[in-house]
Amino acid sequence: MAVKVVDRSPLNLWEKTYLPQVLGGLKITLDQMLKPKITLQYPEERPVIPNHYRGVPTLVRDPNGREKCVSCQLCEFVCPPKAIRITPGEISEDDEAAHVEKRPKDFEINMLRCIYCGMCQEVCPEEAIFLQDTYSVSGYSREELVYHKAKLYELGGTLPDQHYKWDRKKEAAEKAAAGGHH
Amino acid sequence: MADSETKQVTINIDGVEHRVPDGLNLVDACEGVGVEIPHYCYHPKLSVAGNCRMCLVEMGMPMRDRATGEPVLDDAGAPKIGWMPKPAIACASKAMPGLHIKTKSDLTKECREGVMEFLLVNHPLDCPICDQAGECRLQEFATDYGRGFSRFVEEKNVKPKRTKLGPRVILDDERCILCSRCVRFCEEIDENPVLGFTERGSHSTLSCFPGKQLDSNYSLNTVDICPVGALTSTDFRFKMRVWFLKPTPSICTESSVGVNTEVWTREGKIYRITPRRNDAVNDTWMTDSGRSLYQQVEAENRMKSFRVDGNKASLGEAVQRVRELLTVGPVAYVASGHMSVEDQWMLRKLAEAEPGAIHFVYHTGEGDGRLISKDKTPNLRGGLLTGLIKGIPDAHLHSLRDKLEAGEIKTIVSFGEDIVKAGISPELIKKANLVYFGALRDDCTDYAKVLLPALTVFERSGSFVNQQFRLQKFSQIVPGPAGLLPTTALLARLIGEITGQPATAPSNPQMWREIAAAVPQFSGVEFAKIPTTGLELDSSAFATLPFVEEKGWHFEPVAEPAGAQSSHH
Repeated sequence: MAVKVVDRSPLNLWEKTYLPQVLGGLKITLDQMLKPKITLQYPEERPVIPNHYRGVPTLVRDPNGREKCVSCQLCEFVCPPKAIRITPGEISEDDEAAHVEKRPKDFEINMLRCIYCGMCQEVCPEEAIFLQDTYSVSGYSREELVYHKAKLYELGGTLPDQHYKWDRKKEAAEKAAAGGHH
Repeated sequence: MADSETKQVTINIDGVEHRVPDGLNLVDACEGVGVEIPHYCYHPKLSVAGNCRMCLVEMGMPMRDRATGEPVLDDAGAPKIGWMPKPAIACASKAMPGLHIKTKSDLTKECREGVMEFLLVNHPLDCPICDQAGECRLQEFATDYGRGFSRFVEEKNVKPKRTKLGPRVILDDERCILCSRCVRFCEEIDENPVLGFTERGSHSTLSCFPGKQLDSNYSLNTVDICPVGALTSTDFRFKMRVWFLKPTPSICTESSVGVNTEVWTREGKIYRITPRRNDAVNDTWMTDSGRSLYQQVEAENRMKSFRVDGNKASLGEAVQRVRELLTVGPVAYVASGHMSVEDQWMLRKLAEAEPGAIHFVYHTGEGDGRLISKDKTPNLRGGLLTGLIKGIPDAHLHSLRDKLEAGEIKTIVSFGEDIVKAGISPELIKKANLVYFGALRDDCTDYAKVLLPALTVFERSGSFVNQQFRLQKFSQIVPGPAGLLPTTALLARLIGEITGQPATAPSNPQMWREIAAAVPQFSGVEFAKIPTTGLELDSSAFATLPFVEEKGWHFEPVAEPAGAQSSHH
């Protein structure tokens, strides 16, 4: 094994005062004080979340305020840690969204189980579940961290819709009822 | 269909020779040798309609010289096949010697793609909300045989989405592919033609005849045979996606017909019951009333804890108390046709350890001449075979009542039999001690000294003997309420207390080794080897008994039904 001889020559008088080390340290401190700050004052200051960040899964509404989820339960099926649990429900015939027929009675996501893989978003045929920019999840009990439907919609908000599938379906039905196409 | 009796013929499917029964429908014949011919309108138990055109295949027969009748040979000396110029539907063809078909040729593929394209033209994109998704023939065949993309840019048809055809069936007309299976079922099987198509072409609509509705007790079979999600069950609609559900074979307890069923569950909860095909019992059908029997599992009057003198008790305390009550004085046992063969066997062993008279109540009611018989219990014949009873029991407990009035009985042990309904007044019950094994609260449970909650048919495994003396087993489908044991285990423990022998709960195979040795009709039967379609037993010993059952779909009474001889009693 190679031997490296370390220089152990005795300190001279100037060095023995420790002043060069102290001044050197002060210089680094002063330099940093004069540069712009790079530390974020979390949680008062929050980082900018990049697009397509995979945060907490949320449920979204379409621009008309209709909940997009139809409780097909594909996300529940695909969820690797089994964090999602849906209770399907029927939409009654006098409801505004009666033509959709089905929506979740309850939609639970256990945030303690969620691994933020994004498969629920990928599998959703109605584009109703999105992993958005919420990343900080905390609570005082396990129950509190099982997010129910209301909370998920509150987190999700409204996203622009590309298709308006159900609106078009309703339009076609109204047209047909008015004696239009068929 | 007894395959052994049918002549086998050789047909050639995609260049491979197969032996299949002569005259068998080509769709079934191909399925039997593992070749799938996609089809919608064909159903093995219904007449052939041939309207979906999905089963088109190329067909041909070996050519024969018209003049001589000799086979025409090709250059290699093999018979020359005369292929039909156009494809033909397999469902309207039968297996015959020398038949050649092509199920994978380019023409067949093109036919299927064309048929799929036409079917999907007006089919809505409802799969995310459709109950059939996951068991939908249209979905399956679209991925297996469809083109894979859509060329359709026009507007789809609009049709009614929530038509109530009857109390239990809802129709979504947009999804209907007009296969007419439901129409044929109502006409041919239910013999109650209420469904038909109105309008023409792509406006065709399934509807009930004016003033009629689909309200027969067999209406939910139309939901089962619907290849798409057009007909849905009101009870199961939007409850759970089918890919979460696990089917387990079971037996319907509605009557002594013993309809074979599949019970669909997810995480210990039952969602629906559908028929399981058994050509000797129920074909592919079952009653609507039998499908709702799972509700007893979560019934409000379900008993979930052991009770001694009205107070909650442990299993040990309850068994101990029963043991004490059995020594008070003469004992009467009240058995029931709702008990499984295993329960009845353990009762027989109990009656050997602690002798007492065995009473049995005959539950008779209206039958429908199809899949509901006049005997409302699934296992009266098990009682005969296990020797609990020698002949047809009475429909009441008057002999027990007389004995109670005379003070000859001190303890009654009833197995799920409501003795108040069977004719014993509460005052009389109070004169004796009642021990009650049962799943649900009823009129007599308030007077019971000891209550031992039992498991429903969905929570234990066992076997029943139906009206044809066919031994059929059922599996445990969901776990029972916490702390409850099968009646066989409770009885084993009780017998252990009486005899002082160590009591371990016997498994079904263990019990069956004893049963097979003791009962001649059961000799050689092993529990694990009872076929899924049941095992026919020798019924000759009981041929003269006046059972109440009348002719049903797969049942001919051997002796005169009891109604004809009631004057003899």
